[in-house]
Amino acid sequence: MEFRAYIIRRLLLLIPVLFGVTLFIFGITMFFSPGQRATLYVSSPQQMRDLPGIIEQYGLDRPFFVQYATWIGQVFRGNLGWSTVVSMPVAKAILHYLPATLELALVATPLIILIGIFFGTKAAAQKDKPVDHATRVMAILGWSLPTFWLGLLLMMVFYGYFRGFLPPGRLSVQMEVVVNSVDFIRYTRINTLDAILNLNGPVLLDALRHLILPVITISTVNVAFIMRLMRSSMLESLGKGYILTARAKGLDERIVVNKHARRNALIPVITVSGYLFAALAGGAVITETIFSFKGMGWWASQSALRLDIPSVLGFALFMAVLFVLVNLVVDILYTRVDPRVRLGGGVQ
Amino acid sequence: MSDWKFMARQLVKNPLSLAGLVIIAIFIIIAIFAPLIAPTPEGHRSPYMIPRDGYSATPQPPSEEHIFGTTQGQYDIFYGVIWGTRSAFRVALVVMSITVLIGIVLGSLAGYFGGVIDEVIMRVTDIFLAFPALILAMAIVSAIGPSLKSVMIALTVVWWPSYARLIRGDILQVREEDYVEAARGLGASSARVIVRHVLPNAIYPSLIMASLDIGAVVLSAAALSFLGLGAPEGYCDWGQMTEFARNWMVGPPGDPFKYWYAVITPGVFILFFVLGWNLLGDAFRDIFDPRLARR
Repeated sequence: MEFRAYIIRRLLLLIPVLFGVTLFIFGITMFFSPGQRATLYVSSPQQMRDLPGIIEQYGLDRPFFVQYATWIGQVFRGNLGWSTVVSMPVAKAILHYLPATLELALVATPLIILIGIFFGTKAAAQKDKPVDHATRVMAILGWSLPTFWLGLLLMMVFYGYFRGFLPPGRLSVQMEVVVNSVDFIRYTRINTLDAILNLNGPVLLDALRHLILPVITISTVNVAFIMRLMRSSMLESLGKGYILTARAKGLDERIVVNKHARRNALIPVITVSGYLFAALAGGAVITETIFSFKGMGWWASQSALRLDIPSVLGFALFMAVLFVLVNLVVDILYTRVDPRVRLGGGVQ
Repeated sequence: MSDWKFMARQLVKNPLSLAGLVIIAIFIIIAIFAPLIAPTPEGHRSPYMIPRDGYSATPQPPSEEHIFGTTQGQYDIFYGVIWGTRSAFRVALVVMSITVLIGIVLGSLAGYFGGVIDEVIMRVTDIFLAFPALILAMAIVSAIGPSLKSVMIALTVVWWPSYARLIRGDILQVREEDYVEAARGLGASSARVIVRHVLPNAIYPSLIMASLDIGAVVLSAAALSFLGLGAPEGYCDWGQMTEFARNWMVGPPGDPFKYWYAVITPGVFILFFVLGWNLLGDAFRDIFDPRLARR
């Protein structure tokens, strides 16, 4: 029962946060004139030509809270305004660019977590040995690398030096044609997945070729982070009494490290998955921009550059809602893994 | 006092933190002596605007006149990276000091008084922490108009909630201490108790976190500049200089690394600046985390 109460409490807490988030986003729009704000309510090219009419219709010269109520009503109806950069409604643009970003995240996340856990465990098990020092240096270096610069260097080598080996974009022109043909069914718009579902080898290979560099770029920083976290968590766990017991029983050191210590050390790694989401979302903006990997991040940075406000704010709102939900799920999972959290009342 | 000596000894003893100290020291020297290392040409409008030598789009390789070469648009790379050090320090110091200040004020209010004040301040931090940091910063910058000042404002808005929370947590611990009770018992005002007794004992973790965060602040600022949301064109800014290299990362056939100097140099400066702070921060964490130090 306690568990249900906890979940209900957390869901109730969502309301003020989401209210605050929307209020804040809407507050940002107040930096603009009614004419510019009008694009927030536009949902078709025809309306774009009649901005004064929109100002009239949505009362954009009325008090803040009246306008907020009108706006939030539109948001609930799925109208986030008009994205001038890509000439479509913002809500549609989000759906249009989501699969690419999802593809990047779906490949990068397991990679980041597995590599991070692997090296973090190794470093802790061999504390102060060469492996530990090497991972430490790698982690600090990775953590200090400007993502955008790493992307440029990778392109310089794998696109420039190895002529066109790993090109930017999501697909090459020929494959683009294949993907857009009638025979190729776009189930998910995630290219690699669609290629597998259509049993199309060349498209799969081509999509993977375009994925490699963005995935490396976005993973480097975050692997460093997980690695360090795993190391310190492992060190703590290795110092516990039950490890001493296990060793005293004469258990193989590998089993002690990989089973007894690591399982418990994994808990903090779960807690940061929420953080990882934020890092990937931010990283995706830069990575997608460098590699012209046309996902939400690319779209958002193009919009920000051209001051396409409805797009930027729609993107920020979407990301914030997603981030809040991810954190909620992580917290709930966490109570399953570690019941102490629930009993303690949990929330900060 | 012996705490500081202990800390200093620990920092110098560890080769990694020593390297961090040396890197930061070098950057401080570069920043202070920038006018001597890269003198501003006579009659140039502002020392923070990179002097340009013509308007040709193609970057020029290192020469006697431009020892690190020039970017697209003929901005001198050497001048840019040297004076860019000052910009990096300025962004880091301005953002960090305002962030810590806001954190101290709001965190103390929330932690010391608790109740409704606490609830309100914490719910506000919830709202800000609901956004992925870089995305919130991007939205703010594009709303108030791209400039270096906007970048600093945006980063402050993004960063202060973590500090308010951290300081609140530390204050919650300290305010239960006997000496705080004693000060209150002697009739000291709330303001006096906070400023004289609570804060000095609660503030260290956040000051250390601030030094840890400087690298991250500079990295985020550079990322925003790289996206074209930062300093005006031609400003001494490492992120923007990296952006200038974007069209030139691939040379002509047969000479793929032709423009390496334009790509490598500004990035190396960002990397080392951030690396220096992170090396220091890593050592700080080890020194101040007694759970790990014992082992």
